[in-house]
Amino acid sequence: MSELKYTAADFKSDQEVKWCPGCGDYAVLNAVQKALPEVAEASGAERSSFTVVSGIGCSSRFPYYVSTYGFHGIHGRANAVATGLKVANPELNVIVTTGDGDSLAIGGNHFIHSVRRNIDLTVILFNNEIYGLTKGQYSPTSKLGKVTKTSPYGTVEHPFNPGELVIAAKGTFFARSIDVEVLTTKECITAAAQHDGMAVTEILQNCVIFNDKTHAPFAADAATRKANTIMLRHGEKMTFGTDNEKGIVFEDMRLKVVTIGEDGYTLDSVLTHDAHTPDTILHSMLAAMKYPEYPVAVGVIRDVEGQVVYDQAVEAQIAEVQSTAKIHNVDELLRSGETWTL
Amino acid sequence: MPQTQVQDVVIRFSGDSGDGMQLTGTLFSDTAALLGNGISTFPDYPAEIRAPHDTVAGVSGFQVHFGADRMLNPGDFCDVLVAMNPAALKANRKWLKPSATVILDGDSISEDTLHKAGFATLDPIAELNLQDYNVVTPKITQMTQSALADTGLDNKAIVKCKNMFALGICFYLFHYPEDHAKQYLDSKFAKKNPAIATANKLAIDAGYNYAANTHQFANTYAIPQPTHVEHGTYRSINGNTAAAWGLCAVSEKSGLPLFCGSYPITPATVILEELAKRKDLGVKTMQAEDEIAGICTAIGAAFAGNFAVTSTSGPGLSLKSEALGLAVMTELPLVVVDVQRGGPSTGLPTKTEQSDLMEALYGRNGESPVAIVAASSPSDCFHYAFEAGRIALEHMTPVILLSDGFIANGSEPWKIPSMQDYPAIKPPIIDTCTEDAFMPYKRNDKMARSWAFPGKEGLEHRIGGLEKDALKGSISNDPANHQLMVDARAAKIGRIADFIPVQEVYGDPSGDLLVVGWGGTRGHLQTAVDALRDEKKSVSLCHFNYINPLPHGVEEIFGRFKKIVVCELNQGQFTAYLRSKLPQFDYLTYNKCEGLPFTVAQLTDQFNSLLK
Repeated sequence: MSELKYTAADFKSDQEVKWCPGCGDYAVLNAVQKALPEVAEASGAERSSFTVVSGIGCSSRFPYYVSTYGFHGIHGRANAVATGLKVANPELNVIVTTGDGDSLAIGGNHFIHSVRRNIDLTVILFNNEIYGLTKGQYSPTSKLGKVTKTSPYGTVEHPFNPGELVIAAKGTFFARSIDVEVLTTKECITAAAQHDGMAVTEILQNCVIFNDKTHAPFAADAATRKANTIMLRHGEKMTFGTDNEKGIVFEDMRLKVVTIGEDGYTLDSVLTHDAHTPDTILHSMLAAMKYPEYPVAVGVIRDVEGQVVYDQAVEAQIAEVQSTAKIHNVDELLRSGETWTL
Repeated sequence: MPQTQVQDVVIRFSGDSGDGMQLTGTLFSDTAALLGNGISTFPDYPAEIRAPHDTVAGVSGFQVHFGADRMLNPGDFCDVLVAMNPAALKANRKWLKPSATVILDGDSISEDTLHKAGFATLDPIAELNLQDYNVVTPKITQMTQSALADTGLDNKAIVKCKNMFALGICFYLFHYPEDHAKQYLDSKFAKKNPAIATANKLAIDAGYNYAANTHQFANTYAIPQPTHVEHGTYRSINGNTAAAWGLCAVSEKSGLPLFCGSYPITPATVILEELAKRKDLGVKTMQAEDEIAGICTAIGAAFAGNFAVTSTSGPGLSLKSEALGLAVMTELPLVVVDVQRGGPSTGLPTKTEQSDLMEALYGRNGESPVAIVAASSPSDCFHYAFEAGRIALEHMTPVILLSDGFIANGSEPWKIPSMQDYPAIKPPIIDTCTEDAFMPYKRNDKMARSWAFPGKEGLEHRIGGLEKDALKGSISNDPANHQLMVDARAAKIGRIADFIPVQEVYGDPSGDLLVVGWGGTRGHLQTAVDALRDEKKSVSLCHFNYINPLPHGVEEIFGRFKKIVVCELNQGQFTAYLRSKLPQFDYLTYNKCEGLPFTVAQLTDQFNSLLK
């Protein structure tokens, strides 16, 4: 590979990183700092064009640790602030770092509407299924029955699956990774940053203090992940397993895990991943796959181009109106319509 | 027919909220304005789009005060009331001048409509004690139907034209030409539905001819030529449009693109609507998913280097409080336009009040000062929107511009200013780093910090809602730094007083009674003060447009009067503010919370009693 203009070190700020020892966020920061030089290279962007926006929560400290422009907002509003930033200056590469509390609880409205508008943001959603910064209360992604400080007898509410939410809101990009899978995270974020439109990447992240090992059943170590997660890549067969012996087929209107070579299933029966189809059904089913019935899907699940991108459409509309406009300045505006002279 | 010369007239158009009274009133007032008459208008309509027919709750009104000279207010009581049904008559009975002319659609009087309007008898005239008034009950509906019988329109469409019949009557009463109204109807309907344009124009003619031929009207009126004319080009303007255009002027004079993130809310929505039309000027508007997103997108746009704005009314201002604090902390320029309405909560969405002052001043967590500017007439919403933007951009602070439902919806003739006469706005933008490291919180002579837009090489920095280091802007939990920053944010707002006009007094600089007001009550207060001054009474007016900080010179003015009375459409919020800022004076108060402007009569009574 030829020399890149920037290295990961160029995106490291001088601020001391203050997450808890063992926090999954370190790995995500590492992956992002590795991804940005490649994104910059691919798009010819300067470092100063990257702007990181966050809300409130552990993950929202992220902007302070990336050596470019950053805006640390208020709880839940990262997507709204980032939307204004991007619409005001579409030249910027705007990255949002947010959490399950920030974007799915207090900021749920802004989150779904940013997805719906398909504004060109790169959203990294840290999902640790807990409120960490307030010291351990359940979140909108906590599993049903989860015991926390505010649910001492277990929660009685169903969690959101962020992927289903994004795809239901007609999101054009959804990817998922696991904090420890730095290369997968880097691959997802590189693809997300190059996507035209709103790109949400969910990172299944471990909170070592308040929700340790919440993703461990399928993500504890490399072998467990190989057996219980499936890396999806556009155009590739949906196979997984310790020896890549398993596959996903579509049968009786639902997805099914099969062993290749058993019960008459061959590699040909296994689905080929089409991340680019605008159709949402299969993407939603893949995003919804839950361990232990299914492997958890990681990688780029949905990546649909060619849809209207909000910030670009705003620019285009202004250019079109201006091309035939009769009013070019405020003096002309004030004298438009009915006037009279005394 | 006798013709009476009058200096000024108040006419009120009223009917069901679907009867087109706002349009009728606007066409009448625009005609008056085009003839060089002064006008001041007051739309008074219910919160429901279409309240139940023929009920008092569903009555929509539009009052026009017009005359030879500049009209400072829409008038307390009306000389002519147009009532399209008994409910409109009942609702507006209290606003009639003695011996006023009442034009009531005779066809609208029935057992059913009288019952729905809450009349106890079948004689509304007697029941409302209107025997001594000049009440005319032309069969407006029937006459409209016969005049439009050949148009080929269905009955429903024909009956909808009856408001234009009433307009025709009024044009006759005041010897006004029909041209403007007809041109408007052509421009509105001629392309889409020329039959509707023709029918409405016919209805105006029919009303005019009916009034000319009948002898039912005791009088017609003639408004004299203006006594002194300020030459120039004029237009009619309402407060919301003027505010929107003033914000466009800020964009032009600062060279920064205008971004407006807003959510629809009565009575502020027109600002967003007007700005949405201005793509020709490069304005970007976002109809956000909620009020919070409105201000947060604006804050994002301000960070990006746009002139950022959000518009709202009271309930929306409440929702924006936390984000407004973020703008205070990040010291980004932002204009929040609050068009006040009756509160608390949903309150009186279509009625006016000045009760958001305390919220604007103090409604945030922490020590969180913002600058506050208030507009005082429909047309000066332009000027004070410009001022709000100038202060925001040059002083790097959020500014709340207070308007209200009365001036936002009211309109008046406006001598169109030239943008040459407005100053360039120079925000402290920094393009290159001249020192070893960029210090985003280093302050200039205005105490404003430097503004570096993302995308500029060498100025990369991070800001946010956590307390900032006084120079670097990085996170600081240092106790001494926090005190320093709290003091600096307050001092920055205080410093604005050096960059706004010194407070003025209207009338003599000293005397017996100083009337103090702020914002949208100016027209009524000045009319009342003028009336007393005409009687050689020692009364002056000190009206505020700059609220926080207060301008220089206030203490000196207050000290020269024997009595001070603060008048406002709330329970005394500005009084409380003045007591905290200038506690050495005694303040009398005159407050009103009825969702309506003051009346000049109420004010003169009050001032006279204080002068005894």
